[in-house]
Amino acid sequence: MLRTVIGLEIHAQLKTETKAFCGCRADVFDLEPNTAICPVCTGQPGTLPVLNKKVVEFAILAGIAMNCTINKHSVFDRKNYFYPDLPKGYQITQYFFPIAEHGYLYLENGEDKRKVRIRRIHIEEDAGKMVHQGTDSITGSSGSLVDLNRCGVPLIEIVTEPDLRSPSEARIFMELLRDTLRALEVCSGDMEKGALRCDANISMVDETGRSSNRVEVKNINSFKFVEKALEFEQERISKVLLSGEDVAKETRSWSFQSKETFSMRSKEEENDYRYFPEPDLPVLVVSDELIERIKESLPELPWEKVDRFVEQYSLPRYDATVLSSNADIASYFEEVAQVTGRPKESSNWIMGEVMRLMNDKELTIEEVKVNPEHFTELFDLIDEGKISNKIAKDIFPTIVEEKKSAREIVKEKGLEQIDDDKVIEDALQKAMVNNPAAVQQFREGKEGVLGYFVGAVMKATRGKANPSKVNEIARRMLKN
Amino acid sequence: MTKNPLNLRLSEIISLGDTFKFYRKRIDKYNNELNAFLQVRTLSEERQGFPYATKDNILALGTRTTCASRILGNYDSPYDATVTKRLNSKGGQLLGKTNMDEFAMGSSTENSAFGPSRNPWDLSRIPGGSSGGSAAAVAAGLTPFALGSDTGGSVRQPASMCGIIGFKPTYGLVSRYGLVAFASSLDQIGPMTRCLQDAADVMSMISGHDSRDSNTIRHALSFDISLGGNLKGLKFAVPSEMLSYPGLDEEVKERFLSTTKEIERSGAVVEVISIPSVEYAVATYYLIAPAEASSNLSRYDGIRFGPRQQSEDYEGLTNESRDIGFGKEVKRRILLGTFTLSATYYDAYYRKALKTRRVMAGELNKVLDEYDFILNPSSPVIAPKIGEITDPLAYYLMDIYTIPANVAGLPSISVPAGFVNGMPVGVLMTGKRFSDVSILDAAKGIEDLSPSFSDGLAIIPERWTE
Repeated sequence: MLRTVIGLEIHAQLKTETKAFCGCRADVFDLEPNTAICPVCTGQPGTLPVLNKKVVEFAILAGIAMNCTINKHSVFDRKNYFYPDLPKGYQITQYFFPIAEHGYLYLENGEDKRKVRIRRIHIEEDAGKMVHQGTDSITGSSGSLVDLNRCGVPLIEIVTEPDLRSPSEARIFMELLRDTLRALEVCSGDMEKGALRCDANISMVDETGRSSNRVEVKNINSFKFVEKALEFEQERISKVLLSGEDVAKETRSWSFQSKETFSMRSKEEENDYRYFPEPDLPVLVVSDELIERIKESLPELPWEKVDRFVEQYSLPRYDATVLSSNADIASYFEEVAQVTGRPKESSNWIMGEVMRLMNDKELTIEEVKVNPEHFTELFDLIDEGKISNKIAKDIFPTIVEEKKSAREIVKEKGLEQIDDDKVIEDALQKAMVNNPAAVQQFREGKEGVLGYFVGAVMKATRGKANPSKVNEIARRMLKN
Repeated sequence: MTKNPLNLRLSEIISLGDTFKFYRKRIDKYNNELNAFLQVRTLSEERQGFPYATKDNILALGTRTTCASRILGNYDSPYDATVTKRLNSKGGQLLGKTNMDEFAMGSSTENSAFGPSRNPWDLSRIPGGSSGGSAAAVAAGLTPFALGSDTGGSVRQPASMCGIIGFKPTYGLVSRYGLVAFASSLDQIGPMTRCLQDAADVMSMISGHDSRDSNTIRHALSFDISLGGNLKGLKFAVPSEMLSYPGLDEEVKERFLSTTKEIERSGAVVEVISIPSVEYAVATYYLIAPAEASSNLSRYDGIRFGPRQQSEDYEGLTNESRDIGFGKEVKRRILLGTFTLSATYYDAYYRKALKTRRVMAGELNKVLDEYDFILNPSSPVIAPKIGEITDPLAYYLMDIYTIPANVAGLPSISVPAGFVNGMPVGVLMTGKRFSDVSILDAAKGIEDLSPSFSDGLAIIPERWTE
C-alpha cells in the first residue's frame, strides 16, 4: 500500500487598506488595469519600499492564531527572477528569517483529530498579472499585456509541514485555514478571486518507507480543485510507482479545464532565486508589547466557536462546525437561537433554508437574514399545527423577499394547515375509489402503498393537510 | 552683477539671488571641452534662486535620468528625488545633470555611455569617478556645488582628483529616495563643493529623516553651524596598511606626509596604527556591491526601460535589450554579483563578505573609539590619463582608501591638500557614525592650512576664469 504525503504552501492576500510597501490601495481585484500604481510599486528607478505596519500586525495575528512563535527579529530578503509582471526584477519576501515559525492547527476529519504543523509564516509582496493573447501562457502568445495593479499587494505565505495524508485532508485544511483567516479578518479567503492560493507538494511512500520524489502542483484555484488536483496527482504518481519507474521531481500545473495536471518545469529548469537580505529595509523588530496587544485582540477562532456552540447550545458537532465556518453566519445563528430559544431548530433552519438560499441565489448572509422574530413565529406556527414543515419551508423565501412575517403570509395565501378530519377523510375516500388495486395491495400487507395515499391527500389539499393526521387517518381507513 | 560669483561662498551666492544665468552661460561656454554635463536646463528668465547640479543618477522632474547608460537614455524622471525636492524647496534651481560612470560603476567616468568627462586641471586626464561630471563641473566653476553619490568613493575620489571638497555622510543621514540604486547598503548622496562651509550648508538642506527611505536616521544632526576649523587636541590615526599599499605613488605619499606634519603643527596628534582587515576592504566591497547591483539592475529588462529589442520570446527580448543597453563594466559587475549570490556560491562568497564587513566595521570603530579620525590619502595616485588604465582590476584596487567608510557606513571627507605634478591631491578623513558635524569642522582646519584654496575657496584653474 502506498501512503500519501502532502504539504501545502498557501498565499493569502491581506485585507489591508494599502499595499505592503507603498501607499496605493490594496483591494485591486475589480479595478481597471494599471489604475492603482505608483513609482514605488512599478519599480521606477530610485524608489524604495516602506513597510506597511498593518501588514506586520496581520501577519502576527495569523501567526498567533496558528500557534506560531513570533520572531522578534525578522528580515526581508529579495527573491530575484525575471518576469514582465515583476517590475523590480525581484520580489521582497522573508526567506532566511520569517516573522513566524513552528505553529500548528488541529485538523478534524470525521472522528480523526490531528495536529498539522505550520513550518513558517512570512510576509511578502504579490506580483502583477499578465493577459496573454492566443494562449494562456507567455510562451507562444502573440502578445502579452501587463497589469501592475496587484504589484505590492501584501501576502502572507503559510507553509505547512508534510502532515496531510490525503487530498481530502488537504481540502479540509484549506477550508480550515480560510475560516481562520476570515475570523481574523485578515484575508477574504476567496480562492476564486485569487485572494487565497494554494501550491501543494505531494509524494508517496511505499511499505518499506521509501519515498517517491516530491511533485509540486501549482495553479489550484478553488477548494474543490485542491482535492481534485491532488487526487489526480495521487493517481498518477501511484501508477508511475507501480509500473516500477521513478517519479520525476518537477513542478506541475493544474488545469481546471482539462481537470488534469501537466508538467511546467523539471528540477533542472528551476530558477536560482539568488536570495539575499533586502538592503532597503531595516531588520523588522517586533516588541513584546505589540505581540501582547495583538494577542489580546485575537477574536474567537473557528474551533473555539465550535466547542462553545456544542457546549452552549447543545448542538451536534457537525452543526457547530458548519455554522462556525463563517463568522457572519455564526453570529446570525446565535441571534436567532437566543431570540427563539430553540437552538437546534435555529441551526436546522440556518444550515438548511438560509444557506440553501445563499447558495442558490449567490446571496450573502446580510441579504438573506430575516428578523429572528420571524423564526419565532414560524416555529410557533409549526408547533401549533397551523402549517406543516413543508409549507414552512415553501414560504421561507417569501419571508426573506417580502420581509413579511410568517403569519401574514400564511393568512394571505390561505396556507393554514388542514386539521379537519372530515376534509382529510373525504380526500382519502376519493383516492381509494380511484385506485382499488392499491387498497387491495395495502390490505395484503404492502405497507409501502401507504405513502401513495398520503401523497394523494397532500396533493388534493395542496400540501396543507397535517401530514401526521393524514398518516393516522389513512392507516385507519385503509384497514377497513 | 558687481560681485563675481566664482569668488563667493554658497551662502553669499544664495543671498545674491540671480546667478542661474551666470552659471548657465559658463556651461554653454565650457562644457564642450569638459563634458561635465549630460543635460542642461533651458535658460529662462524665471529661474531665480541658487543654481546647483546633480549627478545623472538623481531624479529631478523635468529632466531625463540616464545614469549615463543607454538603457535609461530616454528615461524621463517621473518624480523628484528627496534631495532634489529639498533643495528646490530652499530655492534651488537645477542647472543640469552631470556625467558619471554608467550606473556609478567606475572611478573615471570613462564608463559613461556618453563619453568621458575631462579633468579641468588637465583635459587629457580623467576627473575621477564615478561622480566625475559633478567634480569637473564644480572644479571649473560651472556650478556653485553639485551632488554626487558615493558607493565606494565616488564622491571623494573625483573630488580629490579635481581639487574640491567631496563629503560622504554617515549612511542614513541623506535620503536615497530618488537616487538610482547601485549598491543600496553602501550608496550615499553627498555634496561636492569648493569649501567646507558650503558642504555644511548643503548638508543642512539635504540631510534628515525621510519617511520614503526606511534607512534614514530618525534623529537629525544640525548642520546649521559656522565651522571653526580647530585641529588642536584632535587625534588622527593613519593606518599603516594604507601607507604601505604598493600602489601608492611616492610623490602622493610625500605630499600626504607633509600634510600630516602640518596637521601636527596645528596642535593635533597623528599616529600610525594598524587596521588589519583594511586589506580585505576591496575584496569585500567587490563581493557586496556587485551582488546588490545585480539585483538592483534586474528591473532594466527591456519591458519598461530602454530600447526594447525584438525577439522570439521574453528571454530573448530581455537578453538582447540588456546586451545592447548595458556597457561592459556594468555587465561585468552584474555577472560577478549574479555568480556570488547563486545558491552554490552564496556561503563561500556573499555570506563571507558580510562577515568580513562586520569584522572591518568592528576594527574601524575600535580605532575610532581611541582616535577622533582616520587619516589617509584620498587616492593612491593623481588623475590618470584618459584611456591609460585598461585593466579594471587596477581601478578596483585604487578604491582601497575610500571603501572602508562605505563598508562601515561612516562619514568620510576628501579635502584638497596641494598638488603633485600640477594635479590636485586630497586627504581623506573618516570618523565615527554621526560625527559628521565634527568631521566637517576638523576638515575646515585642513582647508585653512591647505595650499589648494585661495580666499577660502578651492582654486579654479585659470583656463576657466579667463
